[in-house]
Amino acid sequence: MSQQSPLGTATARSGSSFSVDKVTVRFGGLTALDSVSLHVQPGEVLGVIGPNGAGKTTLFNVVCGFLRPDEGVLRWRDRELKGLRPHQLAGLGISRTLQGVGLFAGMTVLENVMTGAGAQAKAGFVSALFGLPRSDRDEATLRDRALAQLERVGAADVAGRYPGSLPYPVQKRVALARALVSEPDLLMLDEPAAGLSNVEMDELGDTIRELSGRMAVMLVEHHMDLVMRVCDRITVLDFGKVISTGTPDEVRNDPAVLAAYLGDENETSGLEA
Amino acid sequence: MSTNLSKQDPTGDSQVGTTPEVTGTPSADTARRRIGSTLVRNGLLMLLAFVGIALLLETLSPFRVSQLGVMAYYLPAIAGLTVLTGLNGQISLGHGALMAVGGYTTAVLLERQEGLPFLLVLLISAVVAGVVGLVVGAAAARLHGPYLAGATLALAVGLPGLALKFDEFLGGDQGLRVSPPRAPDGIESFYESLMGDNLSGQRYLAYYGWIIALVVLLLLSNLVNSRYGRHWRAVRDDEVAAELAGIDLGRMRVQAFVVSAVCAGVGGSLLAVVTRLIAPTSVTIVLSFGLLTAIVIGGLGSLLGAVIGAAVLVFMQQIITDTGLDAGLDASQAANIAPLVYGVLLIVVMLAAPRGLVGTVRMAWSTRAAARRAGA
Repeated sequence: MSQQSPLGTATARSGSSFSVDKVTVRFGGLTALDSVSLHVQPGEVLGVIGPNGAGKTTLFNVVCGFLRPDEGVLRWRDRELKGLRPHQLAGLGISRTLQGVGLFAGMTVLENVMTGAGAQAKAGFVSALFGLPRSDRDEATLRDRALAQLERVGAADVAGRYPGSLPYPVQKRVALARALVSEPDLLMLDEPAAGLSNVEMDELGDTIRELSGRMAVMLVEHHMDLVMRVCDRITVLDFGKVISTGTPDEVRNDPAVLAAYLGDENETSGLEA
Repeated sequence: MSTNLSKQDPTGDSQVGTTPEVTGTPSADTARRRIGSTLVRNGLLMLLAFVGIALLLETLSPFRVSQLGVMAYYLPAIAGLTVLTGLNGQISLGHGALMAVGGYTTAVLLERQEGLPFLLVLLISAVVAGVVGLVVGAAAARLHGPYLAGATLALAVGLPGLALKFDEFLGGDQGLRVSPPRAPDGIESFYESLMGDNLSGQRYLAYYGWIIALVVLLLLSNLVNSRYGRHWRAVRDDEVAAELAGIDLGRMRVQAFVVSAVCAGVGGSLLAVVTRLIAPTSVTIVLSFGLLTAIVIGGLGSLLGAVIGAAVLVFMQQIITDTGLDAGLDASQAANIAPLVYGVLLIVVMLAAPRGLVGTVRMAWSTRAAARRAGA
């Protein structure tokens, strides 16, 4: 799918590689991210893990333009992302899900998902104002795409309902459909497994693996078993620094990682499992 | 990359996640509801509304006709405000001032530029109000809740003061008189041949106001049902999620404010024409509060609610004032009860039925439908 982005089209060879290069973020005297570098390739699932306060969320916020890095650059398809603002992401082919669900409470599930691809609509204000066929066609296309995406995540039967009336796992699937409806090249998942049962987490794992066939996936997650199962590579953060990068096996056996997690019974046992 | 193949086909049958047990019915229903052209659908609705209004205007007493005329100038402003507050989540206590902008523009243009077509004057008034709305909206986009309420309140209090400051130009306390439009000869003779009666000035003004008001409702309804309406609501519901969906928050807020201001400008222009006068006393803070009361009573964000709210506003005002006179109050005391009752009503509605009339009825309806589904 050709992406019409401010950055132009990327060559097929470089693909849709995303990289973070030596990014540093300071909050007053606190260094939240210290020269962090990572990259994710098309078709790859990159996990970002680390103990609480390691800087995972800060990293995601930098990547999404909610925070400006004090130093370092972001690159997407071999172009530098300068002065990135959050609402430009969708147009660049980057989607992100939020911690929790972040669905629009006053809109139906279908409208929620349609909003996810709204940036790609072509009809302008005048078409909408006069209800011209152009605007109607746009809406029909969006509606079809949103319904198709809802069917894919298994939530088409609740298209007409409001998010508040749905069980939490279904809401999470709707949120995923909203992120996917724009057919992104990079999907960022912020703790997608939070609040899910083991069975649902297994399904989520399958979903993520399936998605990686079509896009690059970046995953921040606490559940080690999920991360170990679905990620091709893992970057471990601790106190704002990258302490390890590699395949799940490499990371699992990295003494630095074990040291970072030491004292946290659950996560250590998850790591060793 | 072979993986791109599956990407180009969003309806491809590769299933993601849990096995979707798609019944198809509810989603198919939602899809079917929207089939047909928006313009045709909304246009027919407005045509129907026009027939209804025409019947009322032809059968009711001159006094009621004049009340309907008043309702016609409230309606665009209330509809614009309900979109801004109900759908975009921005409160405005200053829409009376935006009506003043529209009204004064109309009055000045008609006074200085005789012979300008009324429709052109109306359009210019709407545009001028829109420009003021752009300035206010740009500031409003950065403000939230009480701060926004305060800023727009200042606008409502301050702007009519300009009429006193520039009294040479804007008529000061006395305001500006407006000579109302006369029906074009063609329409007049057509009406006569149709109804066998003269088209009174009063009735013509009511028709004029209602046709404009219905066109405003038609266009607003188109917008609300489009991508723009959806994006306004997204901004209202969750800022972060809206941004990540590619929506520029500031842009959408300013856009909603401008649309709303244009509507208020149309309302103000109609006010000047229907009441034949625009003066600081006709666009006081009470007007702004009245508009807000109307959208809350009708139901935030609902255009039908705006119509109901406008009706309540107009007809209630007269009933309250009459009751006051009957109770032995003098004219000015009686006139001042109305704002008091608005305030009380606003509080009661907020407590008892926060979704307003339309919202409450809809809620009851869907609850009953759900109960029926569960029972079936």
